[in-house]
Amino acid sequence: MNITLNWLKKYLKTKLNVHQIAEKLTSIGLEVESISSNEDNLNNFKICKVIKATKHPQADKLKICDVDIGDGKITKVVCGAPNARDGLMTVYASPGTIIPKNGMKLSIAKIRGIESFGMLCSESELNLSEESDGIIELKVKEKIGDNFFKQSLEPMIDISITPNRSDCLGVRGIARDLSASGAGLFIEPKLEKLKINSSKSIKVELEKDSGCYQYGSCFIEGVQNKESPDWLKNFLKSIGQKPISAIVDITNYIMLDMNRPLHAYDADKISEKIIVRKSKKGESFQALDNKKYNLLDNHCVISDSSKILGLGGIIGGELSGTQFSSKNIILEAASFDPISISKSSKELGIITDAKYRFERGVDPNSIKDGLIKAAKLIKEICGGKVGKILISGKSLYKEKKINFNLDNFEKLIGFKISKSDAVKILQKLGFLVKDKKNILELIVPSFRPDISQEVDIIEELIRIKGYDNIPLSEPNKISFKNTLNYKQKIFHYIQRSIASLGYYETVTWSFTNSKVDDFFSDKKLRLVNPISSDLDSLRTSIFSNLLIHSKNNIDRDYKNLMLFEIGPVFHGFKPGEQKLVASGVRIGNKVEKSWKEKTETSSAFDAKADVLKVLIDLGIDSEKLVWDSKSNQSFHPGRSGSVYLGSNKGPLLACFGELNPIIISKLELDKYFPCGFEIYLDNIIEPKRKQKDIKGSYLVSKFQSVERDFAFIVDKNTKANDLILVIKNCDRSLIKNIDIFDVYEGSNIGENKKSIALSVKLQSMEKTLDEKSIEELSQKIISSVQSQTGGTIRSS
Amino acid sequence: MNDLLKLEQEIFEKFSTLKNKESLELLRVETLGKKGSISLLFQELATIDKEKKKEFASSLNILKSKVLEEIDKYNLKFEEEELRKKLESQTIDITLPVPKIVQGKVHPVSQVIDELTCIFSELGFSVAEGPDVENEYNNFTALNTPPNHPARDMHDTFYLDEAKELLLRTHTSPVQIRTMLSEKPPYKIIAPGRTYRCDSDQTHTPMFHQLEGLYVDTNVTMADLRGSLDYFLKKFFEVDKIKMRFRPSHFPFTEPSAEVDIGYEIKDGKITIGEGDRWLEILGCGMVHPNVLMNAKVDPKKYQGYAFGVGIDRLAMLKYGINDLRSFFESDVRWLEHFGFNSNDVPTNYRGLAR
Repeated sequence: MNITLNWLKKYLKTKLNVHQIAEKLTSIGLEVESISSNEDNLNNFKICKVIKATKHPQADKLKICDVDIGDGKITKVVCGAPNARDGLMTVYASPGTIIPKNGMKLSIAKIRGIESFGMLCSESELNLSEESDGIIELKVKEKIGDNFFKQSLEPMIDISITPNRSDCLGVRGIARDLSASGAGLFIEPKLEKLKINSSKSIKVELEKDSGCYQYGSCFIEGVQNKESPDWLKNFLKSIGQKPISAIVDITNYIMLDMNRPLHAYDADKISEKIIVRKSKKGESFQALDNKKYNLLDNHCVISDSSKILGLGGIIGGELSGTQFSSKNIILEAASFDPISISKSSKELGIITDAKYRFERGVDPNSIKDGLIKAAKLIKEICGGKVGKILISGKSLYKEKKINFNLDNFEKLIGFKISKSDAVKILQKLGFLVKDKKNILELIVPSFRPDISQEVDIIEELIRIKGYDNIPLSEPNKISFKNTLNYKQKIFHYIQRSIASLGYYETVTWSFTNSKVDDFFSDKKLRLVNPISSDLDSLRTSIFSNLLIHSKNNIDRDYKNLMLFEIGPVFHGFKPGEQKLVASGVRIGNKVEKSWKEKTETSSAFDAKADVLKVLIDLGIDSEKLVWDSKSNQSFHPGRSGSVYLGSNKGPLLACFGELNPIIISKLELDKYFPCGFEIYLDNIIEPKRKQKDIKGSYLVSKFQSVERDFAFIVDKNTKANDLILVIKNCDRSLIKNIDIFDVYEGSNIGENKKSIALSVKLQSMEKTLDEKSIEELSQKIISSVQSQTGGTIRSS
Repeated sequence: MNDLLKLEQEIFEKFSTLKNKESLELLRVETLGKKGSISLLFQELATIDKEKKKEFASSLNILKSKVLEEIDKYNLKFEEEELRKKLESQTIDITLPVPKIVQGKVHPVSQVIDELTCIFSELGFSVAEGPDVENEYNNFTALNTPPNHPARDMHDTFYLDEAKELLLRTHTSPVQIRTMLSEKPPYKIIAPGRTYRCDSDQTHTPMFHQLEGLYVDTNVTMADLRGSLDYFLKKFFEVDKIKMRFRPSHFPFTEPSAEVDIGYEIKDGKITIGEGDRWLEILGCGMVHPNVLMNAKVDPKKYQGYAFGVGIDRLAMLKYGINDLRSFFESDVRWLEHFGFNSNDVPTNYRGLAR
């Protein structure tokens, strides 16, 4: 909402200047977005003379003008206007100037190879008229170098009105608020009377459930529409509105002045009567914005016996609009259902000042007042005879009463307000106040649809009283629960654990490119209104975004990467159909070539080590982890795995390995050997343990340990882990540790065979082991491996 | 006897001139060798009177052991010298670089969430969560924003179905509803999380982060809200004083509602928070609207409280001097390296928020 101090003064007696007013507005919740003082900019427009205009060598329609701007030099300006010619007096704008029409800032530009220093202006570019065919032609006696704009415009205050304050979509409402806050005295508008001197009227049929509650009309015959007088034009121009014709300008003026939208029809274009009804499916009409709209069956339309005249409360029709030639007019002021207006404007994609106001709420008691004010102005400016004001339909408006208990202000806000203060503020805001001891009986003014309960009154009071008066209480530090629950704790542990491994944490969108994401899942979770076609789907895997961004980094020449993200992945559209996953990728070299080491790429085992380290950091006993060679479609089918807790029927904690080469090659990342992991945070369940169990008992042996090495030849498919388990089960109390120190495949040990060499550490809690018992255990190991895996001993 | 003393003196003088192991060995042979000066005296013992013999033998043995002891001492000394020389020759170029130190980083948004959690934990808040996909009721209707309410237009919503019943939450406020519906009052929670709006330009990204706060009990006032936000802002920006302005505004789910501005100034191209005469909008807040309490099955006659919502990314930008919001989500490793945090920098109340 744009206002000027001058317009405001119509309703507010104040000594404050523009900046003080702006400060006051912001402090009472009418936030000032900007104060445009365009004085400096307007002074950039100078009167100039075209000394010589020559044809541009590269373009037929352009001319290169040598311009005298009064600084004693010649300025070169490239101009496309057909009337640019030698000796023409016109208007020049220098580089840096903002062009009023489009808000663009001029810069020194090369136009088809010729530099142009500024611009010669048309009337349309300066918002003076629609004339855009050529540049302005001034009288020869003007002085070169003078400012073109002799009279500077008033500063315009741009206020951001919150959706609840429809009353402040008119200057009058803003003035009322200002006066309540002490910025000046509110000048109550006088009740005006209309002299009726015509018997003409139009018949109005208001259908039930049309979306219109009340419809007011006023017939004015014999008008002479014309350009508005200067005072009216200046009012409109000062807040950035374009004057059109007196009748249209007057309706706009009333709307901006008192938030009462009006519409004027050319009565001669209406056949018979006005019917306010719901539209029928398939009907269409041509609106004032020169667009044709095809209607559904639920829009409120104003029609006559044969055609649609306008969309009620939204936009008028092209056919029935007033022209300079209009002789007889009908003024309309009505009350519409805000929900119906909002739906129709959304369905048809029309945004107008009227719809904006009706949607938020227009004073239902302002129909007559608005019509009277507009009719009087029309009569004054355009002449004509005014008919009676007719209002059809019944107002739905009911007076709202609120009983306000003064104590409740202190209870909610934290300090006391005096009764006299409260009464004064509410009265100035337009409330009728009856004082009943500690209760104020209030009647809400009809222009405040936003106020319906006590808390609304408290807000009004503290808003006007000033938020600065709210005391700062010492924070109450009482707590009702632990800060974090177990899931939230492990989120933090995992985040910092993965980062400690050398990964950079990233945060990427929860949506991604379906072309990439579809590789990772069969779920297709498309957004209805994506922001762009490459962000069209909820992600089913974090790998989608990690790989897209890895590629971007590679393109920037950063080819060795460790990236991770913790966040949601989705498996459905319902709230809660999401899982919390931590995913990491390693791209390129793990070790870079140096004087000490050779280049080494990451492998599935690096991803496995990362997973293990993170799980250990979470406090999970690595002995309880069960490793499996199956994973999911994100990974290489043979070079990946998964890990469960307790058994392979237990919770799946993570998958890891080389990323699926089929996907990787489609993304053109094959050169960088991506490996990665996914840790499923939702599957990590809080262990049932007490504080005292966090550290188990401290049990160590005081007897010597011995090591024995074995090498077994086993089937190629035998899993190392199975071999270890077989050995461990030979004597869980004596075998303290098993390390694999060599894995070998070669023709000398046979096709489809491999050799696994292990070192087994033995130690007793009770005694030093003698050779005999060591030998016995060794034999048991050899025979168990043979019987359970078919492996044979190679050497010992 | 005097001869013996003299000999001892002579021998020990020689010790002091020894240069190395070889000369020590020579001295040993010279004294204790077969024909050494001390060995010769032992041979002489046989020729000495019985009376004097015992005394002389005793003195001679003392001398011998003294010399032996000295030889051991010098032996050790020369060995140590030798080792030291050997070690001095074993040099490496310690200025050679070590293999690249692997140093991961935590994203600034995560770091700021931890900082906020730390501060609000001190004030007694616990962390609550809600899903990213919400239904229209929790995101709007329950928050006193019924269908066709103009405030809905201010949220550019991502929808998941044509009926517009499922959406990506446009703010963290639905967590208020979920929390209140699932537990009994009092409520004292913060809810950090991802939020989404269909908007993308220099200063808007389609996803961003908010922190929701909710404190509802029988007696929570707007003065408490103001006091707690003042405490939070001072702690977060790590300043003793902060200029904070409460400005009336409108959110459907709070009443009275306020936008909070903090004072700042720009000196030499750097922003200083807390001083100066410029204002920066930093968060929205207010007293929970009675309609919201009712929708969440909480009795508004008995309970009241405040709620607030703050942009986490924006806080991170202000605190750590990050200019471009979009850079948060681009995963550029140069940016992550520069603005990320060491994994050990866990904000705590005893060690401080930052190093």
